[in-house]
Amino acid sequence: MSDRDWEVVIGMEVHVQPRTRSKMFCGCAIAELNAAPNTHVCEICLGMPGVLPVPNKAAIEACLKTALALNCEIPRHTKFDRKNYMYPDLPKGYQISQYDLPMSLNGYLVVGARTVRIRRVHLEEDTGKLIHAGDKLHKAWESYVDLNRAGVPLMEIVSEPDLRSADEARDYAMELQTLLRTLGASNADMEKGQLRAEPNISIRRAGSEELGVKTELKNINSFRALHRAILYEVERQTQVLESGGSVVQETRGWSESEQRTFSQRSKEFADDYRYFPEPDIPPLELDRAWIEELRAALPELPGARRGRLVTQYALSSSDAARIVADRSLADLFEEAAAAGAPAKQTANWIVGEIAPTGKLPSGKNLAELVRLVGDGSITRDQGREVLMESVETGRTPAEIVAEHGYAQLSDVSELRVLAEAVIDSNPKAAADFRAGRKQAMQALMADLRKRAPQANPKIANELLLKLLG
Amino acid sequence: MTSSDLTELGIKEASRLLRLGSISASDLVTAHVERIERLDSHVKAYLRFTPELWEKQADEADRRIRQGDAPPLAGIPLAVKDVLCVRGVETTAGSRILRGFKPPYTGTAVARLFEAGAVMLGVTNCDEFAMGSSTENSGYFPTRNPWDLDRVPGGSSGGSAAAVAAGEAMIALGTDTGGSIRQPAALCGVVGMKPTYGRVSRSGLIAFASSLDQIGPLTRSVDDAAVVLSLMSGLDPLDATSSDRPGMEVLNNFGGGVKGMRLGVPREYYDVKGIEAGVKSAIDAALAVLRIAGAEIVDVSLPHTDYGLAAYYIIAPAECSSNLARFDGVKYGLSEVDAPNITDEYLQTRRKGFGTEVRRRVMLGTYALSSGYYDAYYLKAQKVRTLIKRDFDEAFKHCDAIVSATSPTVAFPIGSKTQDPLSMYLCDVLTLGGNLAGLPGISVPCGTSDGLPVGLQVLGPQWGENVVLRVARAYEEASEVRAEVASVV
Repeated sequence: MSDRDWEVVIGMEVHVQPRTRSKMFCGCAIAELNAAPNTHVCEICLGMPGVLPVPNKAAIEACLKTALALNCEIPRHTKFDRKNYMYPDLPKGYQISQYDLPMSLNGYLVVGARTVRIRRVHLEEDTGKLIHAGDKLHKAWESYVDLNRAGVPLMEIVSEPDLRSADEARDYAMELQTLLRTLGASNADMEKGQLRAEPNISIRRAGSEELGVKTELKNINSFRALHRAILYEVERQTQVLESGGSVVQETRGWSESEQRTFSQRSKEFADDYRYFPEPDIPPLELDRAWIEELRAALPELPGARRGRLVTQYALSSSDAARIVADRSLADLFEEAAAAGAPAKQTANWIVGEIAPTGKLPSGKNLAELVRLVGDGSITRDQGREVLMESVETGRTPAEIVAEHGYAQLSDVSELRVLAEAVIDSNPKAAADFRAGRKQAMQALMADLRKRAPQANPKIANELLLKLLG
Repeated sequence: MTSSDLTELGIKEASRLLRLGSISASDLVTAHVERIERLDSHVKAYLRFTPELWEKQADEADRRIRQGDAPPLAGIPLAVKDVLCVRGVETTAGSRILRGFKPPYTGTAVARLFEAGAVMLGVTNCDEFAMGSSTENSGYFPTRNPWDLDRVPGGSSGGSAAAVAAGEAMIALGTDTGGSIRQPAALCGVVGMKPTYGRVSRSGLIAFASSLDQIGPLTRSVDDAAVVLSLMSGLDPLDATSSDRPGMEVLNNFGGGVKGMRLGVPREYYDVKGIEAGVKSAIDAALAVLRIAGAEIVDVSLPHTDYGLAAYYIIAPAECSSNLARFDGVKYGLSEVDAPNITDEYLQTRRKGFGTEVRRRVMLGTYALSSGYYDAYYLKAQKVRTLIKRDFDEAFKHCDAIVSATSPTVAFPIGSKTQDPLSMYLCDVLTLGGNLAGLPGISVPCGTSDGLPVGLQVLGPQWGENVVLRVARAYEEASEVRAEVASVV
């Protein structure tokens, strides 16, 4: 592919499951992924005769908060509509969604250097899940329907086609995830299907204003898959066009095992969903005072917070991004900093040690830990153990250090005895070092740390050098 | 008191006798069951009976009465239209497609009447999915008019109307989407009331057209209709379209008479095409009675009446095409599982399960909502609906309530309109405006034409049930026309 010739154009439809206790139109609890099939269902989400949908206020609130954080306009009136089609995973024969009066319109999200326009954020309900014995619905010898997900609320966030690369598309999805988590609007976990990104991809000659024929990608379960699927699809479309063919407008699935996209459904004949206003739910009047309350209650948004961490604490932008990606990490950082911990070291502990485990100490305990390691009272290795214990027990690092006698061994005479023992026990390494192979020191230091984890590594190293010299 | 006397009682008198201990709830049930056994093979008002329920509920009513804390409908025998879900009772909307379906829930309106002490006798016949005006579209059998067994009882709540008219139930529930309570009430000579849209929760009502459907009572007196309505009205968290207005307000001053009230007669209704001379003269007589009772009769106009029928027959089928999509054979009811694939399963289940009229309306509605036709049909119909609402708003500036015939004709012979859907649709021409505008309406008996009952319709402004009931009650009192129990055979 020659990048000079083709411009990539990507718009994103992202479905997000708002954090709610119950489904969109009934009181059923939201099922965990591993829940037994059809255990989180009632007459309403099963679409039994005579039942009616009643909208979930928490879902509406999550949607409005998201829309406000995406700088959207909130119209005074909104309504639900029915999208009609028959499929066994759709118990009513229609999906309740929003068509021409969505809950919000015309927003934007800044992603790096790009401002991505948001066309709309609206609410709808999820469908159930089909499990086929065999291949696909029409060829399966048996098909099973699990309606645990039927009626789970979904926000659909639709962007304009403003993204220009797989990188940008991935960054956009990640930024949305950060935003949603910061808002508390969704857990936005892609692996759990709480955030589903569906890119619309087309390519066009660089400089052209006209959009090419697009394909829509589905079945994407991670940011990595999103990135790869787009790269694959761009390459595929480029080859099609460069060999004189034309791109077919269609929905394509991403196969994780084969690392390629495949045709799912042609959109040559547009589906007719016969949308019409949902008569079971009166149009909603979105009270201005309520909207302003929600707007006022929005937390500091990720973009603003990243900027502030860089200027206020002199963090690198990559550390700031990593920390702000998780609101609880960012809060922890600021609490520790407020308790007097040096910013850079605190950031290192958070990014290097805390973020990967997801287990958070209190801000005060983290500040104390950073200080203990920083002033040489304990080693970094000891610090890790103290951190783990502090997280588990909630006790302060100072208490833990005192109890374990974790204070560093810095007594030179004691360390000298230790160093001599190490050299005696490792004659080969000692000989190697004396012969000029400096890396042999690592084996000696390792043995020393094994014998005395609390040894001050700097002094021990100096003693070893001296004894071997 | 003889058993036939017991089947002629109204709520007030029955409650008095129950509280006095002269009769028991079980006596009332027994009297009704005996009458059903004698007559229903002729009338065919019921699809199925609920002996387990009536025994349990009658015992409970008798216990409560003995304890002295009887709820308002304790021991009152009730019939329920086959579109209202009752837990554990086969509920099929008059359709083969729901054969065997026993809902795991009881709809709100029925549940409220149960809480009020009503005793359910059984499930009444109706046009399939409430689509029809004669009960001939039932997936099972037609119901017959108790006053003339060769004639229809009207529809779609024909089973409920016939049961009340024949003394096979003291009160019944129906549903009204375009006239389905009022028109059969008129044809069977009983009282039938459709409330303001949103007054009664639709939860548990198997939907035909969601924006038009309302549940209402069929009784033999305006008093009974008022009591039953008040007990099932009010906000329901299970229906987002239900209103939080207090149910008891429907009773406000409803015994106040019509003296000084202005009653509007819409010329488009009075001279509606196809109105029978006998019906017209019964209405003239009723207007005279109301005038003598002190009402001022004024001319009003509902200029878009002509377009109402067309708009109705787009909106109702459009909603029905969507509401009935859930009957796909996958989850409950009829299921043609031997089909080679899912599409054929859908087609075969629905072809076998739905009758002609239902299929016709699903197709009409699907077409009206299709891309390219939506604006010309559905959207246009919604605009007409707005104009019709405005017609009523305008008319109610000049009058307190509107009066007309309920049906242009008396009960017609069974089979006489089944080959001509359009003539059947015209049965609703005077009632469907009330549904399009969401207004309350009642039909009360106002004499006969050729020996067959004629109904007087009273329509009121939104939430004006008390006005409607007041006019109807004043008419009932002044005219001395009472709903009677048909002797049938």
